[in-house]
Amino acid sequence: MPDAGGARLWIRGGRVVDPAQGLDMRADVLVEDGRIAAVGEGLAPQGDSGGAGEGGRVLDATGLVMAPGFVDPHAHLCEPGGEHRETIASGARAAAAGGYTALCAMPSADPVVDDPAAVGFAVAAGRRAGGARVFPAAALSVGCRGEQLTEFGEVVAAGAVALAEGKAVRSTLLMRRALDYAQSFGVPVLGHCEDPWLAEGGVMHEGVVSTRLGLRGKPAVAEETGVARDVALARATGGRLHVQRVSTAAACRLLRRAKNQGVRVTAEATPHHLLLNHEALEGYGTEHKVDPPLRPAADAKALRQALANGVIDCIATDHSPRHYDEKEQAFDDAPFGVVGLETAFAVLHTELVLGGVLGLPTLIERMSPGPAGALGLPGGSLEPGRPADVVLLDPAHRWTIDPSAFLSKSRNTPFAGFRAVGRAVRTLVAGETVWSLED
Amino acid sequence: MSASPKTSPPPPLGKDLVGLEPLSASQIALILDTATPFKEVSTRRIKKVPVLRGKTVVNLFFEPSTRTRLSFDFAEKRLSADTVHVASSDSSVTKGETLVDTARNLEAMQIDMVVLRHWSAGAAAFLAERIPSNVINAGDGAHEHPTQALLDLFTLRDHFGAIEGLKVCILGDILHSRVARSNIYGLAKMGAEVAVCAPRTLLPAGVEDMGARVFRRVGEAVEWADALNVLRLQLERMRGGFVPSLREYNRVFGVTQERLARAPKPLLILHPGPMNRGVEIDSAVADGPHSVILRQVTNGIAVRMAVLYLLAGGAPSAAESEAARA
Repeated sequence: MPDAGGARLWIRGGRVVDPAQGLDMRADVLVEDGRIAAVGEGLAPQGDSGGAGEGGRVLDATGLVMAPGFVDPHAHLCEPGGEHRETIASGARAAAAGGYTALCAMPSADPVVDDPAAVGFAVAAGRRAGGARVFPAAALSVGCRGEQLTEFGEVVAAGAVALAEGKAVRSTLLMRRALDYAQSFGVPVLGHCEDPWLAEGGVMHEGVVSTRLGLRGKPAVAEETGVARDVALARATGGRLHVQRVSTAAACRLLRRAKNQGVRVTAEATPHHLLLNHEALEGYGTEHKVDPPLRPAADAKALRQALANGVIDCIATDHSPRHYDEKEQAFDDAPFGVVGLETAFAVLHTELVLGGVLGLPTLIERMSPGPAGALGLPGGSLEPGRPADVVLLDPAHRWTIDPSAFLSKSRNTPFAGFRAVGRAVRTLVAGETVWSLED
Repeated sequence: MSASPKTSPPPPLGKDLVGLEPLSASQIALILDTATPFKEVSTRRIKKVPVLRGKTVVNLFFEPSTRTRLSFDFAEKRLSADTVHVASSDSSVTKGETLVDTARNLEAMQIDMVVLRHWSAGAAAFLAERIPSNVINAGDGAHEHPTQALLDLFTLRDHFGAIEGLKVCILGDILHSRVARSNIYGLAKMGAEVAVCAPRTLLPAGVEDMGARVFRRVGEAVEWADALNVLRLQLERMRGGFVPSLREYNRVFGVTQERLARAPKPLLILHPGPMNRGVEIDSAVADGPHSVILRQVTNGIAVRMAVLYLLAGGAPSAAESEAARA
């Protein structure tokens, strides 16, 4: 059923959860011209007319949760250069299938997105995609070589929303300059906070499991020193730092202290770091090879607490598509990364909400206004006047995660076969359905 | 008759030998027991029994190796197998072919067993899961080198009569050593007490949790142990900054006559080779009366014959009569 038939759309009868406005109530949502016009009880026409008489249409959301669409602050869409893994179009559609209405695409294409033309291409391809909105981040340094800053002004004017290197910025001086210079353009620096010397060559967490398996480890202290350095630089410069994919308890402690002291720092964590631990590597499964590595269970527990209490501001998927034959290699040779756009809400709802770690409104906060605020992206609220980027969630939907059904071009998930409860069943961008489970 | 019996009970070791961690004490004992009759074969004028006649074994070596490669080759030939060597320098590996493609191509040539040496930990398990041939791990990264540990166990048992209750200390680069890991598993399963001794830079995280006691000084290890298994210190470790110099390593961590002289009893000295004389071990110790380093090499062939025999489906009870066949 197309939504574009009328200028008005009522979404009727669901539970509206909008953490940005503090709303959690049974209500209708009225969409006009692609924007939220009103949220309230009894707005929608009653009966089965479908709203035709009122110059619009009605979408029944009985039994569903209506929330602002999810925002992913960290996804790799691989285009140009890796179209066999993912394209901007397939990634944007996969995002929509996971309830996302916006994502920030990392500059990790080949060639890397480090000039205004490349940013412009990503913006244009995102518009054509017909899925979630795509907001590109640009490389922090030319070619991600860590030598010379990219033209922040030019790439931001072309549509870049943040600057990211995709790896540790080795030079402390360059990182300082980036945090200083970015302030003229109002965009955050996305930090891959890790000491590159301590982490060098590591393929999993350094601990008793890496010792048993004989694999080279990345110690937790590599992340701790990396976060400590970049937080210190953010404090000294006043720049805006967003710490990507936090994985350790030590990093959470540093972030809590920095936030209490008023440093402009935000942080994200991924579903896999929140839910899995390094024991999953037993058996050398490359579907668990991620960077930073899966940590011990105590770190994952500390991350969940940090997510619940807000030290971690948001969920990031770090969606990293890999072709099946890339992962079908000896462990050292296989690339890092997992896909996550289509599974993030389901696995987190199942484990964290139904597991009693946090409430559904908090999860929605960490997946929508949390990341939107951290990266300064539009969306994250159903406040009247905002774009009608909405997700309808069925918190009781039972399903088994089947990678062969993914819209993503890649299947590299550690959650294959996971029995999930809860799913995004419809995603609307600017009031139009971009994905529906029924179709 | 080949090694495959007519009514086959479940193979005693399973399909593959990936490491000692998954084996039970009785499986390890079975390999050691089976090696005993095969050891005699190598002492004959005609060093050959028809146990693996008609079987094709590929020795697939992605890393350079002399000792292990030769030892497997002798073991295979003395069991009458047909053997082929593929080394990384002359294979399509250097043309970018992945491990799984190499293996599938070999498989398409209808082989029976693969002996794999690979730089990546987990490579043997990876291959074993993907091909129906038997896979024997001849060393995968820093993970395991099971046949080396088996020959060490065989040598210890041969000398002491039993492994249970022995105190064995492994000295040297534990961090990068697959020999150390396999020995820790094997010794612990067989009831020995295991210790490691190395500078902290060469000890892996959590090695104590694997059941190994840690000595910081060679003197303490020497006082405690019945046997020392001395590992090679690779010269790259100095360039990697793990130790400041080989000279200092020898002074502080080397197994020297003077240190051994202070031991309460003579210690059996093992070394998997190749040795850096004057670095981790002094020549006087390596060539001394308590060194069994060359006996290890001899035993290596017997142990590998036993592993090949058992994986090929040979009945443990028939090993003695099979080995007796001319």
